[in-house]
Amino acid sequence: MVNGINLALQFLDSFAFIVLAAAGLAIIFGIMGVINLAHGEFILIGAYTATLAVTQLGLPLVVAMLVGGLVTGLFGIVTERVIISGAWPNYISQRTLGRDVIEPLYDRLADSMVATFGLSLILTQGARIRFGNSIDQIATPFGAISYGAFSYSTYRIVLAGVSIGLLLATYYLFTRTDFGMRARATIQDKETAQAMGVNTDRMYMLTFGFGSALAGLTGALFAPVISMQPTLGDQFLVEAFVAVVVGGPSVVLGTALSGGVLGAILATFSNLYGTFIGRIALLVAALIALRFLPDGITGFIEQLRQRRQESD
Amino acid sequence: MSRNSANGGANRSLPSRLRSRFEGPNTIGESRGFWVGFAVAVAALVVYPVFGDGSQLSLFMVLALLGLSLSVVWGYSGVLSFGQVVFFGIGAYTFGVVSINFATPGGITAAVVAGIVVGGLSAAILGYFMFYGGVRDVYVTIITLVSTIVMHTFMAQTAGSEWAIGEAALGGFNGMPDIPLLTLGIEGASYQFIYNPFPMRVVGIGAFEISPFYYLVLLLLVGTYLALRALVNSDYGRVMVAVREDEDRTEMFGYNVTRVKFVVFTLGGALAGLSGVLYAARNVYIDPTVFSLLFATLPVIWVSIGGRKSLLGAVVATLAVEYLRISMAGELALVLLGTLLLVTILVLPSGFVPWLHEQIVETRLGPGEAGGADAPDAPSEVSD
Repeated sequence: MVNGINLALQFLDSFAFIVLAAAGLAIIFGIMGVINLAHGEFILIGAYTATLAVTQLGLPLVVAMLVGGLVTGLFGIVTERVIISGAWPNYISQRTLGRDVIEPLYDRLADSMVATFGLSLILTQGARIRFGNSIDQIATPFGAISYGAFSYSTYRIVLAGVSIGLLLATYYLFTRTDFGMRARATIQDKETAQAMGVNTDRMYMLTFGFGSALAGLTGALFAPVISMQPTLGDQFLVEAFVAVVVGGPSVVLGTALSGGVLGAILATFSNLYGTFIGRIALLVAALIALRFLPDGITGFIEQLRQRRQESD
Repeated sequence: MSRNSANGGANRSLPSRLRSRFEGPNTIGESRGFWVGFAVAVAALVVYPVFGDGSQLSLFMVLALLGLSLSVVWGYSGVLSFGQVVFFGIGAYTFGVVSINFATPGGITAAVVAGIVVGGLSAAILGYFMFYGGVRDVYVTIITLVSTIVMHTFMAQTAGSEWAIGEAALGGFNGMPDIPLLTLGIEGASYQFIYNPFPMRVVGIGAFEISPFYYLVLLLLVGTYLALRALVNSDYGRVMVAVREDEDRTEMFGYNVTRVKFVVFTLGGALAGLSGVLYAARNVYIDPTVFSLLFATLPVIWVSIGGRKSLLGAVVATLAVEYLRISMAGELALVLLGTLLLVTILVLPSGFVPWLHEQIVETRLGPGEAGGADAPDAPSEVSD
């Protein structure tokens, strides 16, 4: 019984971690086709902003977390304008040199990976130079619940709830709002969307900003429970990529399903054999999933659906 | 560019026939000027240990082999692999394990071969799994990235005494010290390459010592570079480039794209394994940092900056970037490296060496002059 509760809590924890780690990346990679190796550093910006907002400015925790998401979102927009689409440098070079200097990184997967890795080096080292090897952490709120001989941090259960809430909000945003419709139209077929009067340039910018804001919010949410050091983003990177790749093309459903499947594997193996085996099991599961489901879980579901339609 | 290949004919001299093996549309540098510059650059590298720190440069040249392996796999066949360090590390660990267990000249020579073979074999296994499983494009990249992380996680926890192969303990984060000194040959007829300085005396310079290891690595690097040039300019090389440019179209022409990618990936793994063997031999030590994310990305950085479609670019950029990285060992080193990477990929997506070559060709005054002579000189300029 107690073991069962342990396993359930561990599952919730793994699920929340994977879903939150992947949320921002799923939008930037899954929707926009930019492999953002600086994803971990976007999380770092969110975490540091939230922590500093609490310790330096004395803001309430919830407000500080929202500020963390917002600041990262703005940073993401600047990144998109300067590096990914190159709109600002090109604007300047058009005036001075009379030509574009930067070719947008959209649909240049390998190049986007290399460029964002450069950004990630700059951000990690910049954080280290500016803030040192660690900064003061904020206390974990809410205390703990206890059962039997065990106790468990309530905050971690709250995180699981928040992760589901974020998934629902993202789903609503992209499927039920005007913004989501325009964003999806832009990504599906840029020219047609443009012809229908969508400002596609702005859509790319805002979608990238939204993905970054989600990454920042993840960092802010985990700020009380992970150690605040410049490399904190690295621990999210693996799970984020694995979840996005295993999830497949449908962003929200894919993230939720891969969070569920991978979370279950991670929790079970960690519970039985320790965290190291849990992590290895997660990575091996990802390798096997990629081998047999090259388009991820949602790609597989889509295939099944098509096959059924054809046989009807 | 094709001027030289066109001036041939039936009665060409031996040097030009020999040269044509190494020339073609897939590599830069075909003029006489280029080869003169190349010879000058190699000569500069030969005499470099007399004046500078040959031990450090030998490390950079070992890493240049790793850069070359990625250039072939990514630049020429279009498979972006973050896993070259996996084969590099496996080669290094294999060399360590075999040579510790059989610490005789014959055993150490066998360990070198084992490191290369196991490096290639692990690439073959991973490549078979991926390419014959239908994994393509970016998913190959992600799988290789994940493999790197798996290896790092795995090797980092091998500290316990149960993780030993024969007499060689893997050692977890502490790594594997006491790797025997690299000695090639068999009992009675062998030569030790590490910590066996060779005393020399030249009139006007005086007495100095040179390391045989430096010349072994230089020989291997120049040999590998020329061999890869011959490969990418052969018929098989053309198929590799065709696979990079358009897989579906190449398939339609009747080539087995999957097998080409598999073969090249295996070859790249063996080359990375060789680089790893030399790395472990030079440091007489190996630890799991070779599987870390930063180290895994370094080959991608070298090859991107130098020009992924240029073998020379990979070598030059490896030497240059590693030199910069070591000499700027301050806090700002990584920031500058990141900025360099970012600016290169944004402003010169095809890389520095091809860009330089283009400039030289454009500003060339008469035919047959200059032809990329600056490019091969770059390594000696950088390392001074």
